[in-house]
Amino acid sequence: MAIVPNGPVLALRGISKRFGAVQALTDIHLEVHAGEVVALVGDNGAGKSTLVKSIAGVGPADEGVIEWQGKPVQVTRPHDAQELGIATVYQDLALCDNIDVVGNLFLGREILRAGVLDEVEMERRSRELLQTLSIRIPSVRIPIASLSGGQRQTVAIARSMLGEPKLVILDEPTAALGVEQTAQVLDLVERLRDRGLAVILISHNMADVKAVADRVAVLRLGRNNGIFDVKTTSQEEIISAITGATDNAVTRRKARSGEVAK
Amino acid sequence: MTTNVDKTNGGPSNGANKASGPADANPVAKDAVTVVDPRLLVRQEGFKGYLTEFGRKMRSGDLGVVPVIVGIAIIWAVFQAKDSAFLSPKNLSDLSILLGGTGMISVGIVFVLLLGEIDLSVGSVSGLAAATLAVLNVNHGVPEGIAVIAALASGAALGAVHGFFFAKIGVPAFVVTLAGLLAWNGLMLQVLGTTGTISIADDSFVRDLTAHYFSQLIAAYGAATVATAGFFLAQFLDSRRRKAVGIPSRPLSEILVRTGVLAVIVYAAAWRLNEYKGLPLALVIFVAVLVILDFVVRRTSYGRKVIALGGSVEAARRAGINVVAIRISVYSLAGLMAAFGGIMIASRIGSASQQAGTGNLLMEAIAAAVIGGTSLFGGRGSVWSALLGMLVIGSISSGMNLLGVANSVQYMITGGVLLAAVVIDSVSRRTQRSAGRG
Repeated sequence: MAIVPNGPVLALRGISKRFGAVQALTDIHLEVHAGEVVALVGDNGAGKSTLVKSIAGVGPADEGVIEWQGKPVQVTRPHDAQELGIATVYQDLALCDNIDVVGNLFLGREILRAGVLDEVEMERRSRELLQTLSIRIPSVRIPIASLSGGQRQTVAIARSMLGEPKLVILDEPTAALGVEQTAQVLDLVERLRDRGLAVILISHNMADVKAVADRVAVLRLGRNNGIFDVKTTSQEEIISAITGATDNAVTRRKARSGEVAK
Repeated sequence: MTTNVDKTNGGPSNGANKASGPADANPVAKDAVTVVDPRLLVRQEGFKGYLTEFGRKMRSGDLGVVPVIVGIAIIWAVFQAKDSAFLSPKNLSDLSILLGGTGMISVGIVFVLLLGEIDLSVGSVSGLAAATLAVLNVNHGVPEGIAVIAALASGAALGAVHGFFFAKIGVPAFVVTLAGLLAWNGLMLQVLGTTGTISIADDSFVRDLTAHYFSQLIAAYGAATVATAGFFLAQFLDSRRRKAVGIPSRPLSEILVRTGVLAVIVYAAAWRLNEYKGLPLALVIFVAVLVILDFVVRRTSYGRKVIALGGSVEAARRAGINVVAIRISVYSLAGLMAAFGGIMIASRIGSASQQAGTGNLLMEAIAAAVIGGTSLFGGRGSVWSALLGMLVIGSISSGMNLLGVANSVQYMITGGVLLAAVVIDSVSRRTQRSAGRG
């Protein structure tokens, strides 16, 4: 993975988005660096998904600039985002239950050999990929239906890695998982970071955020409500930023210093 | 059954990954890491492992083709006991020709079922294709080859029309093809006009499709040899390539057993056929179509896309698959195969008539696909189920005709068999789910 030494991989400058009469996002700023996990948190309707969609090219922003590795880029289609190296794993994993792991990993980008599916090469590459990510699957040749929820999530994340992305966006990857499975997925998130990828992690679960994120960006009612360093911020502070419960001088200063840090 | 084949292709999985151990301690160590979950029941290498794996699959409800094979064996044993003419060379040879017509239509149905949809129009389309062929060739003097191509093209075009209304406009496939069932039957009656039945000349090429036999002994045995050798080579080369890149491969003993089973079947068939008039052209055509389309389903990205659509439309769409194009193409293929089947049936009967494509032809074609093991719910199945299902249905009707059983009873029994097949399918799926192989 090419690590850009200076500057963020992705920088959002003044992103705004309207849906009819609703101002979903107002002047959002966010930076993500290589080898960094940024958690994106906020209440329901805070604009997390809208923001992610604008990055992924599903629902382009009305205003604002997206900078990719220092250069302003246009992301108007999902394809644009993939070209840049942005991979998104949505909440519903979009895997085919009836196809095996290898088939799902390569769905839509099958490797061909003389016009015929090259199952051998695909299986070899799948094993290699799963090994480098230390993902444990009973067999790469069993249908997705027989995997547990956590295993499916790891397969979906692994699939996003096939395009050699520089930024991976995970939409609530642990939402429906048990303790052990959540641990597996969080381990995987850390491995992505160790490989020098930038990760945006959307989560409702503060414990997960505290466990793997480096920084936390809080959205509230479509606006930045502070960017916190996980190591030096308490869970209560983050939660109060999410809910807006304690909109006091301390959080305001923190929010401001977070923006100044950029 | 496709999934089943896939499973057996890849099922042998994990033998090669014996190195497990310190994976947890050192996740980045290159070779020591294994993808394999330590809880997995690792299959032993070799023939014993094959048997254990087979037993486990049976218990977990992954029955594959076993129920159909057992069913065919029982049906054949019963009829043979009742009437020794059943397994006679002539009867088996006739049966093999009978398979081709409805079987061809059933192959198209398999594709539609893989999508998780249904096509009720194939019977009418097949009748219309036969009528088109006969009218063009017999009434208008169009050369046979061109008439056949026109008939096939009309089938493909009608299928594409169904596909268009279903995929692009969003009308439920059931309704679109039900409309097709009525409309194309009407069009066929119109095309046939007042003549009603048009006979096809006995010395014509179309007639030869089901009347020609390769009578030399070498033909049937040669075909059997080619099939066996081809099967062995394909498996052997695949296994060798897998071994070369270090992924689990199928042991030679297993390949030999599989080849042996296939060899017994095809040589026995060749022997019986040679006892009569030889290898029927109709059977060659049918098997060739099966082999080609099976290859398309399992080994091409097109087939993978069809199966993906049967699993999850949304996942397929997000993977960049053109859902509309695939759906239209599958319906077009179903129409093409229906037309092909219609031509084969007209060839066997020797005429295109107002009854063509009506009656229980449609139901038999769908029943064959389902009895053969293709799921009605999409994403699971195999092209070969058309052959296996037709063997069941064809054997029953052939045997009953021998015994002089009335049509009424035949229908009831075929209905019972279909129900049994679906029950086996549903029960085995439930067992599979509880065994975690959903």
